[in-house]
Amino acid sequence: MIAKLKQFQTPKEKYFDSLKFALYCMTHPMDGFWDLTHEKRGTYAAANTILFASLLVRILKLRYTSFLFLNVYWEDLNIFLYLASILFPLSLWVVGNWALTTLFDGKGRLGQVYMATCYAFIPYPLIQFPLMVFSNFVTVEEGAFYETLSAMTLIYAAILVVVAMGQIHEYSAGKNLLFTVATLFAMLVMIFILMVFFSMISQGVSYFISLAKEFMFRL
Amino acid sequence: MRKKNLLIKATTAIIAASILLLAPLSVQASDGGYTYNYDWWGDVQESPDLYSVCRVFTSSELGLDVKLKNPQGLFVEGNFIYICDSGNNRIIKVERVSPEKLEVVDIIDSFKGAEPSTFSNPTDLAISEDGNIFIADQGNERILKLDKDLNYIMEFIKPTDNTLDPSLVFAPNKLTVDTAERVYCIASGINKGLVKYENDGTFSGFVGATPVKFDWTDYLWKKFASQEQRAKMESFVPTEYENIYMDQEGFIYATMPLKTDNDSRVADDENAVRKLNLMGNDILVHNGAWGVQGDLYKGSGGGYEGPSVFADVTVLDNDIYACLDQNRGRVFGYDDQGRLVFAFGGNGNMDGYFRRPSAIEHYGHELYVLDSIDCSITAFVPTQFGNLVYTAIEEFDKGHYEESGDAWQEVMNQNGNYDLAYIGIGRALLRQERYHESMKYFELKYDADNYSKAFKQYRKEWVEENIAIIVIVILALFLIPLGIGKFKALKYEIDTADIFNI
Repeated sequence: MIAKLKQFQTPKEKYFDSLKFALYCMTHPMDGFWDLTHEKRGTYAAANTILFASLLVRILKLRYTSFLFLNVYWEDLNIFLYLASILFPLSLWVVGNWALTTLFDGKGRLGQVYMATCYAFIPYPLIQFPLMVFSNFVTVEEGAFYETLSAMTLIYAAILVVVAMGQIHEYSAGKNLLFTVATLFAMLVMIFILMVFFSMISQGVSYFISLAKEFMFRL
Repeated sequence: MRKKNLLIKATTAIIAASILLLAPLSVQASDGGYTYNYDWWGDVQESPDLYSVCRVFTSSELGLDVKLKNPQGLFVEGNFIYICDSGNNRIIKVERVSPEKLEVVDIIDSFKGAEPSTFSNPTDLAISEDGNIFIADQGNERILKLDKDLNYIMEFIKPTDNTLDPSLVFAPNKLTVDTAERVYCIASGINKGLVKYENDGTFSGFVGATPVKFDWTDYLWKKFASQEQRAKMESFVPTEYENIYMDQEGFIYATMPLKTDNDSRVADDENAVRKLNLMGNDILVHNGAWGVQGDLYKGSGGGYEGPSVFADVTVLDNDIYACLDQNRGRVFGYDDQGRLVFAFGGNGNMDGYFRRPSAIEHYGHELYVLDSIDCSITAFVPTQFGNLVYTAIEEFDKGHYEESGDAWQEVMNQNGNYDLAYIGIGRALLRQERYHESMKYFELKYDADNYSKAFKQYRKEWVEENIAIIVIVILALFLIPLGIGKFKALKYEIDTADIFNI
């Protein structure tokens, strides 16, 4: 009967099924993330939706979380930088993880790493959104509930990311943890290279600008 | 004709341009930013003045033949202000007729009954309820107790305590006296707290030493350091107090210099003022977003850097305490909740600015600040805005919450950037049990604790009002799925019943 249900007539049905599959991944990470790529249960559309939902919840939280837990200095807020605080580490993680694992028998492709990571984000919008509403109904003394749940969401998502990587690359637990640490290190290396690159470029540019200024001055 | 027109046009254009250009300049000149406050974020918010200078009294204005020299202490008793003219070894008694008129009544430079009968660098003075005068006679290593006719009663000398260095010269600096004539004194070089004497002159111990603070990293370093290195490192000892003041309830307000860490920073919630009870414990309330520490920005600017150093403190009858910052020459007022009410002043030569302020005292709502380099007393009187703030605070303390709320409302109308006004309205509404309205004001100024208090009551009221609906909704949530399940089971049984299959 279940095998029968998997025959989808339209891409729309496939999309909703893959989106619903994120819930299965959340509750059964081992099995779920294996099927995600190996049984082709996941779609990029669903992955993008989850990522978009996470970003949306992150922005909504700014405005609708009770001021007891989150105070926003609106004058200094740059919404694009704020979103980049998710997107930038995400892209570093995806690229870093793929670049490393592809050298060490990782079975996942770049797109699959991205898809699995996005699927692993599912607890964030799913728990943080109700939590955001809940925050408006508590006092400072009851705030510990909010803060604990909020922290647990992030831990949950982090565990899911690690498990997802292990499943799509077909790694053992030990190797998986090793490559998680290695990926974090790779992210640092990439940040370092980016910073060196940008400071070199800006110095190079400023050199030519000052050269031009000097030249104009002498003329 | 055309040319003339052009000329007129040109002149008007130039005048208009110069007005436009000069306008911001003139605005800046008139707006010195004399009084300010910090909001929840720690941003500086300009404020209308709560105090204005009434008059500055220098030696000539007081009519003194010998000019004041390095005056250190100030004490108000009844209508009289006592000035410790430390550099001239005398005490000047001044009558406060009005803030515009101070009249010298008496110049005290000697007393009867003991030798030496003159003072040497008297730095502070206090008068007990019985009228006895206590003088910190620093140069003669004693605290004198004189009656009101200046007859010697007794003296308090260096405490006999084994923990004190025998070679230490006893130098009483600041003192205060409680109703039972017990003397509390700050002496240079003694960091164990305040030196406390019983009313018979015996030393009865040290009270209220400042807590010792250190980083755990410092502690670790010290473990591994050699003997010489350890000697060079800063030792973890309590700091000495700067000044003390006893309020009308008998609590001692003591100010102390704040210790900065390696980056010359001070923790946000640290207090430079301690309120000591009889046991010597700190009971200062600090519900404000920032600690009682004066200026939040401690970087160098205008030749001054580091945290505020409160040289003196005075407690008004409405429990507002005004602290005098010797570093930047400012006065900071805090309310009984530890929130900043006002901050004004600065270093300079103009009226209302100081060169090296050494003492502050109050008479009613008026403030008197003594400047040790300028050798002057500045009399501050509350402005209309200042009086409004005080009315709001005092009405609240009396339990007149509605009047207090109205006064705060007026304060808010005059200064919309004043956090205290919003919280004041909120607290007044909270006491009037108008919880939902007060929540709005607390939320605007991020007062989480008061908001929670109001919200808790509001939530309780809401639940009590809507208990019927809540019960119905909860019951429905349980009963409807239960009913559907029952119905489905029944339907299934009917559908599969044997009697229909015959």
